[in-house]
Amino acid sequence: MRVRALFYFFLLCQCLPAYALTQAQLAPLAGEDFDAKLTLIDQLGSRGDPSAKVLLQALTDKTVWIASNGQLLRLEGETYVDAATGAAVAANAEDLQDVVVNNRMQRHLDSALAGLTLFDADPKLRLAAAQALAERGDADLLPTIKKAQAQEQDAKIKSELTQAAALIELATGDAATRKAAVQALADADSPKVRALLADRIAKDTQGKIAEADPEVRLTIERALAAIDRRGVLAGYLARIFSGISLGSVLMLAALGLAITYGLMGVINMAHGEFLMLGAYATYVVQGVFRQHFPAQLDWYLPAALPAAFLAAFLVGVILERTVIRWLYGRPLESLLATWGLSLILIQAVRTFFGPQNVEVANPAWMSGGWEVIPNLILPYNRMVIIGFALAVLVAVWLILTRTRLGLFVRGVTQNRKMADCLGVPTSRVDTLTFGLGAGIAGLGGVALSQIGNVGPELGQAYIVDSFMVVVLGGVGQLAGTVAGGFGLGVVNKFLEPWIGAVLAKIAVLIFIIAFIQKRPQGLFAMKGRQADN
Amino acid sequence: MTQRREFLKRLGVLSAATGLSTLSIPAFAASKDPIKVGVLHSLSGTMAISETALKDVALMTFAEINAAGGLLGRMIEPVVVDPASNWPLFAEKARQLITKDKVAVTFGCWTSVSRKSVLPVYEELNSLLFYPVQYEGEELSQNVFYTGAAPNQQAIPAVEYLLSAEGGGAKRVFLLGTDYVYPRTTNKILRAFLKTKGFADKDIEEVYTPFGHSDYQTIVANIKKFAAGGPTCVVSTINGDSNVPFYKELGNAGLKAKDVPVVAFSVAEQELAGMDTKPLVGHLAAWNYFQSVKSPANTKFVKMWKDYVKKQGLKDFPVTDDPMEATYVGIHMWAQAVKKAGTLEIGAVRTAMAGQTFAAPSGFTLTMDKTNHHLHKPVMIGEIRGDGQLDVVWKTKGPIRAQPWSPYIAGNEKKQSL
Amino acid sequence: MDALKKLYGPAGWMAIIVALAVMVILVPVLALAVPEGSPLHLSAYTVTLFGKYLCYGMVALAMGMAWGYGGILSLGHGLFFALGGYAFGMYLMRMIGGLGQYGSVLPDFMVFLDWKDYPWWWAGTDNLGFALLLVVAAPGLLAFAFGWFAFRSRIKGVYFSIITQALTYAAMLLFFRNETGFGGNNGFTDFKFIAGYPIAAPETRATLFALTGFLLILALLACRFIVRSKFGRVLTAIRDAESRVMFCGYNPLPYKLAVWVFSAVLCGIAGALYVPQVGIINPSEMSPANSIEIAIWAAVGGRGTLLGPILGAGIVNAAKSWFTMSFPEYWLYFLGLIFVLVTLFLPQGVMGLLSKWKRAP
Repeated sequence: MRVRALFYFFLLCQCLPAYALTQAQLAPLAGEDFDAKLTLIDQLGSRGDPSAKVLLQALTDKTVWIASNGQLLRLEGETYVDAATGAAVAANAEDLQDVVVNNRMQRHLDSALAGLTLFDADPKLRLAAAQALAERGDADLLPTIKKAQAQEQDAKIKSELTQAAALIELATGDAATRKAAVQALADADSPKVRALLADRIAKDTQGKIAEADPEVRLTIERALAAIDRRGVLAGYLARIFSGISLGSVLMLAALGLAITYGLMGVINMAHGEFLMLGAYATYVVQGVFRQHFPAQLDWYLPAALPAAFLAAFLVGVILERTVIRWLYGRPLESLLATWGLSLILIQAVRTFFGPQNVEVANPAWMSGGWEVIPNLILPYNRMVIIGFALAVLVAVWLILTRTRLGLFVRGVTQNRKMADCLGVPTSRVDTLTFGLGAGIAGLGGVALSQIGNVGPELGQAYIVDSFMVVVLGGVGQLAGTVAGGFGLGVVNKFLEPWIGAVLAKIAVLIFIIAFIQKRPQGLFAMKGRQADN
Repeated sequence: MTQRREFLKRLGVLSAATGLSTLSIPAFAASKDPIKVGVLHSLSGTMAISETALKDVALMTFAEINAAGGLLGRMIEPVVVDPASNWPLFAEKARQLITKDKVAVTFGCWTSVSRKSVLPVYEELNSLLFYPVQYEGEELSQNVFYTGAAPNQQAIPAVEYLLSAEGGGAKRVFLLGTDYVYPRTTNKILRAFLKTKGFADKDIEEVYTPFGHSDYQTIVANIKKFAAGGPTCVVSTINGDSNVPFYKELGNAGLKAKDVPVVAFSVAEQELAGMDTKPLVGHLAAWNYFQSVKSPANTKFVKMWKDYVKKQGLKDFPVTDDPMEATYVGIHMWAQAVKKAGTLEIGAVRTAMAGQTFAAPSGFTLTMDKTNHHLHKPVMIGEIRGDGQLDVVWKTKGPIRAQPWSPYIAGNEKKQSL
Repeated sequence: MDALKKLYGPAGWMAIIVALAVMVILVPVLALAVPEGSPLHLSAYTVTLFGKYLCYGMVALAMGMAWGYGGILSLGHGLFFALGGYAFGMYLMRMIGGLGQYGSVLPDFMVFLDWKDYPWWWAGTDNLGFALLLVVAAPGLLAFAFGWFAFRSRIKGVYFSIITQALTYAAMLLFFRNETGFGGNNGFTDFKFIAGYPIAAPETRATLFALTGFLLILALLACRFIVRSKFGRVLTAIRDAESRVMFCGYNPLPYKLAVWVFSAVLCGIAGALYVPQVGIINPSEMSPANSIEIAIWAAVGGRGTLLGPILGAGIVNAAKSWFTMSFPEYWLYFLGLIFVLVTLFLPQGVMGLLSKWKRAP
């Protein structure tokens, strides 16, 4: 098969003139005229010789440069080479201008490269090429696609190619071909295919229908119904996923508060700032990795976890020792003091890091998504955060139920005086508990840094939501925080497509207010004496 | 007796506090009788993220003018106040700058609501405000000079570009914004504009999110569905902070710039410097200036800013962007007008402003319109690069005149000048 | 008359009369009759600034009633303040008439939304009397409905605080929407006339200031009357031990509800006075942070007193005005520190400090 592929490849090359490239030919790339650039790219695509392919790839990777004398250079590894001949050239990176590749050029580049890599030995490249062609629907490429389809052995690539061909034939073939094309496309789920099929049987402005043959029309209707059935399912799954994902973010944001407020009764208005500190710790760790371990940059995130926890933990402990400890049992006053603390923390971050947002990048392994079924892409960063939220939850649960500290915390929460009498060092337990809550908020901050901005005001955006989650779930109940977080997330996401983002949020808030009227202690009420405080 | 004493003490505390408020900080060693100018940008609160750099670029420009001998033989002394992203406080501080500090002019404001809040104050006390940010138009005032873009200097050319073959030949447009007046107005104008280009209502989608919205999963799914119907572009008027979550979601959902380009009107180099730019590469932004512009004036401007940031130890990013350029141009034009008028008197300066020109960093010579208080500005479309800079992929041949009253809104035909 | 006499001793009444005279006579005279340039002249800036403080003082007083005497900490008082402001703002918007940017009788933002007529919820707002009624009724009714359900479900303490926060947050999002018909993010601004008088005229400003001062004193007396009555004593008892009061045969619901609604109405009035003096009302007044700040004014001044919260509002805002001017980069440190130090060392607020001071020598 490989031999045959090579044979076809050479066949393709044979029918085209294959001269060596010259700088003069490439000159349009250095110019301003985009049409000339496009013509050149298309020409390079149809030449089919390896040097053209290398150049096209380099253009896609944005490693083509214009020297001050107008010569086009390509970066190969660490050295600059002549883009046409491949001869090494001495160049100073300072004097180079980059070749601007706009989106339209990029599309042409993809097409050209797809045509060239359709017969590549690497199945991955072939698949990408087939997918690009299926997206493009370029009628000129039909013979090439057919050829590739005939000799392709890999089932997945073959089906992509079949689809690519069918998309073209849908408009151009005779009735039988069209019907076959529709049947081939009925298995496809891409929204584009659906739109194309729907277009074929939709009335245009003159009331005419593009598809003339009634039998083909019927086939299209059936295919559409099948696609829609699958689409509805994918839609629901996507909504549930986004609800869970939003819920996990809410829960992570609220988990620290569930400890400082839920267990300790401190209305911790500075909670948001602990999230913010965690996010900034992530930023600092990322900076350290950039400077000292650039090769391991992708793994800065795991290293940021302990750093964020510690940073927030330390600040939490300091604040507890100096301010919070004097306010136990006076929850409403703790509100005022922590509000003051939050102002100070925000301004401190502004002083140290500047008022602007700072850049925290997603590691490569968290970019992109997993296509479970067509139309249902689950982004990796969201999945990681859901997993992370659950892991933190389990850790907190273990600490509270399986460790000595956890036992003390629960004891002090339930009956401070009695715990004191039994020899529990309540003051130290308080400090550690508050630090733990702050540290967990710091962990939440690491997660938040991966989906949004990192700036001094980061915490302010989450403080109201965090309180809603804790109160809805029931103060002092970890299970309540989980239910509250996920419940709000899913409800929000199911309301949003229906009434829009703004009203969905309002509806959720009203729902919380109404719910608290019915169950003043939240979803999971604390039992016993404590409930009456 | 006790009540009265307490009451008097209260009065005493209040008057002491405000008595102190008349103190101001001289930022530069002033020679005799400096010219006071106000700088009214939020240094704390939600807008500090954008406005702090404008305050600093203003201070830099004053220092530049002072170093060149000042103005009318006097030094410029900036009075910096912090309206703290609080709109009523903007009005209070504006009044304070004008009546207490007697500033000759104020440079400031970013959001529309802050401008709307101070506008009556400037009109009542007849003072001048230079407003440096792109905005929605639908306003003209004798007391305001607008050095940012009106919609026809930013939004419309950007969409025209996206509809052209070069920009991707979009047949469907998704208008996405934060729910406040600038996106609303811009989208209203764009919708009317698209109608004139033969777009049907089903090909235009308009969606708004609340301030600080950070969960774009549903909206990105909708964009994807919408984009299935034909070549689509997204016009984003999302307010600064929500951009990162939006672009991240877009990238992760597999929507690439070459398939569904997003053009943003509120994302410039300063914002990009604080973002992970990977998911944004290839998306577009429309402004009247980019740092990557090649011109002698720009080389000087960029270098001056970088040096200033370093020397002053500022936390601002050492990159320049459009609102910063607009601030810089505004201050220089004001200084030129004062020189021409030979006085600080508001009426004379206003008259001298008309037709004032300045060789701006954008590489064009900008003119202050004779009648509508807006600058003639070039329009540029930039494509975002991985390093947070933008490549200019399209620009107008020359500066174009602002139409603060968009002709695409009914009833505006006759209102183009003061 | 007897009842009035009991409110304050002679010295107290003296102080009140002096304060009233300062605000109603002295300030307008200094602002209007004393020529500009004279050191005694009060500029429009000073008059509006102090007018703003007085409005905030009234809000803080309302907070002091609900929190200090009723034990109800609301984190949503900004909402009632804003509702009063919006109600009066609607009237002011209609008084602009055809002087807006578009020259229409409709407010600019309605022209912009392509609305051809006022929506039903704007009905009658061109009538000053009705607008004033609305200033009282809008926050009053909302507070009544919300309080009725909340107090009946016996929601207390922190829970109550958090749901009031949810309430004001939801309202803020609602008012941010342009379709809600209140000008969205920009809110109302650029007012021209009030009751036929130009709003920026020094006379109007002085009158508004005097009116605010007068109403603040009136509110103070009303609060004093309430807390000294039997009602007030039951209320304080409920604050300190609700269960015990219930066992004594009192139903706390009407008491709490009454003080809650009274407090909300007071906020609404303050909002209505605030808008014409400051010249803008927009949804950020409803942001949870603003409401927290109101609670902080009351705490700084001293809870459980009436003068304290007014004093607290004055101190915090004067500090804010000064710091944002003199130390723009550092004022949040000072503000934050004030809150922390006051809660730690002055649990009774400035009033507590004053009374300690007095006892010492």
